[in-house]
Amino acid sequence: MIETRQTGRLIAHFLLIVAVIAMGFPLYYTFIASTHTSSEILSPPLSMLPGSNIAGAYGLALTKGASSAGNVSMTLMLWNSLVMALAIAIGKIVISMLSAYAIVFFRFPLRLVCFWMIFITLMLPVEVRIVPTYQVIVSLGLLDTYAGLTVPLMASATATFLFRQFFLTIPDELVEAARLDGAGAMRFFKDILLPLSRTNIAALFVVTFIYGWTQYLWPLLVTTDPAMGTIIVALKKMVNFSDADTPWDAVMATAILALLPPVAVIVGMQKLFVKGLVETEK
Amino acid sequence: MAQVELRNVRKTYPGSAAEVIKGVDVSVGDGEFLVLLGPSGCGKSTLLRMVAGLESISSGDAVIDGKTVNQLEPKDRNIAMVFQNYALYPHMSVFDNMAYGLKVAGLPKAEIAQRVGEAAEMLELTPYLERKPRALSGGQRQRVAMGRAIVRKPAAFLFDEPLSNLDAKLRTSMRMQIKQLQRRLGVTSLYVTHDQVEAMTLADRIMILNQGVVEQIGTPMEVYSQPASLFVAAFIGAPGMNFMDGTVSGGGHAVTLKTGEVLSLGSGAVASAQDGREVTLGIRPEHFALTPEGDGAHLTLTADYIEQLGADTLVHGKFGTGMLVVRVAGERSVAEGDKLALTATPEHLHLFDRESGRRIG
Ligand SMILES: Nc1ncnc2c1ncn2[C@@H]1O[C@H](COP(=O)(O)OP(=O)(O)OP(=O)(O)O)[C@@H](O)[C@H]1O
Ligand SMILES: [Mg+2]
Repeated sequence: MIETRQTGRLIAHFLLIVAVIAMGFPLYYTFIASTHTSSEILSPPLSMLPGSNIAGAYGLALTKGASSAGNVSMTLMLWNSLVMALAIAIGKIVISMLSAYAIVFFRFPLRLVCFWMIFITLMLPVEVRIVPTYQVIVSLGLLDTYAGLTVPLMASATATFLFRQFFLTIPDELVEAARLDGAGAMRFFKDILLPLSRTNIAALFVVTFIYGWTQYLWPLLVTTDPAMGTIIVALKKMVNFSDADTPWDAVMATAILALLPPVAVIVGMQKLFVKGLVETEK
Repeated sequence: MAQVELRNVRKTYPGSAAEVIKGVDVSVGDGEFLVLLGPSGCGKSTLLRMVAGLESISSGDAVIDGKTVNQLEPKDRNIAMVFQNYALYPHMSVFDNMAYGLKVAGLPKAEIAQRVGEAAEMLELTPYLERKPRALSGGQRQRVAMGRAIVRKPAAFLFDEPLSNLDAKLRTSMRMQIKQLQRRLGVTSLYVTHDQVEAMTLADRIMILNQGVVEQIGTPMEVYSQPASLFVAAFIGAPGMNFMDGTVSGGGHAVTLKTGEVLSLGSGAVASAQDGREVTLGIRPEHFALTPEGDGAHLTLTADYIEQLGADTLVHGKFGTGMLVVRVAGERSVAEGDKLALTATPEHLHLFDRESGRRIG
């Protein structure tokens, strides 16, 4: 009995360790590569230990980038990505929360129609409507602007749906108690709904921040000025067909840099995020 | 403090054809405790919610403090409501839960703190003011809900089955607290319950609802001793009243049961013109008396099934085609199969019209 339990545990640990290595090794290797020079990277085998080019690689990435990516500094790209991811995350949360609020707590004509219209857009991925959306952005003159980068990605049926489901779990009596206490629609939203949604908002923020951060196709389409690009697009542009023209050290450094903000968001929000996933407040 | 009046109030929910409240008239006096009693689905909550302003009134008027409030928002009706599941704000401390309505109303901080402090003192909640509702017991949550109502100093309290989520023992003690509190504050109260013990113990007057119709409004004793209809007679009292079919006889002075026995109505005699009228006779289990066999006994019952409650013993037995329940003193030993000779005192006989179910005489 004890023995089988022990072997069971050994197997479990073994599997977990294998998984950690499988997940972690590419990251580790990228980091190692970002501390070596480009020529060292191009002449395998690459050492498993950090090299001495860390300042060179990150310095290059943060100041000049690569010629194929327009020689813009990755600092700017990081900033652009941050603006885009934050705008999308916050925009999505605000819009979807307000629309879910309207759908759940107010009786207005065509309420169900509105809900189903939002819901049906769930079936359409961004790619399906990307050409018409692009057309709209061009007509509005929003190419190479933050608005063009973010606004079309803000509306979210998924988030609206999630908030709707959460709002539906709020007992009618609570809403009525607030009415008796004299809280109007805005007051109820601010004082009751918002604090109750805290964990949901945190979870959604993490998910949508990463969604915004990792956007590739859309920023590639609506930005032509290299200075308006995002770090993900820049990273891709830095890589050339020929290895000789690719500053691999800077590419690896950029890849690591691109990882840091989402990781920071997850770590920062972890407590709330996990709570949001596992605990439903009574 | 105020009067609450309902004038021919009716309710039909939108999208459903059936009328749920079919014309209710009642006036609750200043400081009076009125209990709305009735079986599940009879419209008690609906009626209360119309007073609160949480449901619209289809026709008729709700009047609070002399003012028709049909069109007023709940917050402007000067009422406070206590819900069955307490409806506390889960993210707010006990203090904030009680203070929220006052904050919204824009009262000064000092006044809020004072009112909440007083209410907490009264409800023995002072040690818990900083806690979240999640960290309170059911009884404590219930008291917070009460506190939230008290701090508003409303014209009327509305309770919708506030005790039904508590265990039996707590229910009894909370019942007493509510009653004392209401006496002390003198606030007009409407209290919904389907528990007749709660109704009897709390009420100044009880209003019994049946499918949206008021069957009777009266003090607990009136409702018990002078039930206006078969429905009320059956609903009030546990175990319920015994019913037997019969006809008025003896020039209005007696009732002849289907089984042949003749019971004198004594001072409760009805007009002689009633002779031959089909009636249902009601006798409460506690209003039978045991007599030695043959000594002027009215009915004989064969004990079938016996429930000993300690102070009393309930004897169930066949009589005619139906069953009778008789309450006898706990000391009296009864065994299954015993024949009991029973008399029923005339003043405790209730006559109801067989057709309409209304009380006669
Ligand atoms: N929102 C609604 N729409 C339509 N019908 C309703 C609605 N609310 C209640 N009803 C109906 O109205 C009737 C009375 O309901 P109500 O909730 O007032 O009963 P109640 O006496 O409070 O019962 P309980 O003791 O079970 O709480 C019921 O038949 C119910 O089905
Ligand atoms: Mg109810």
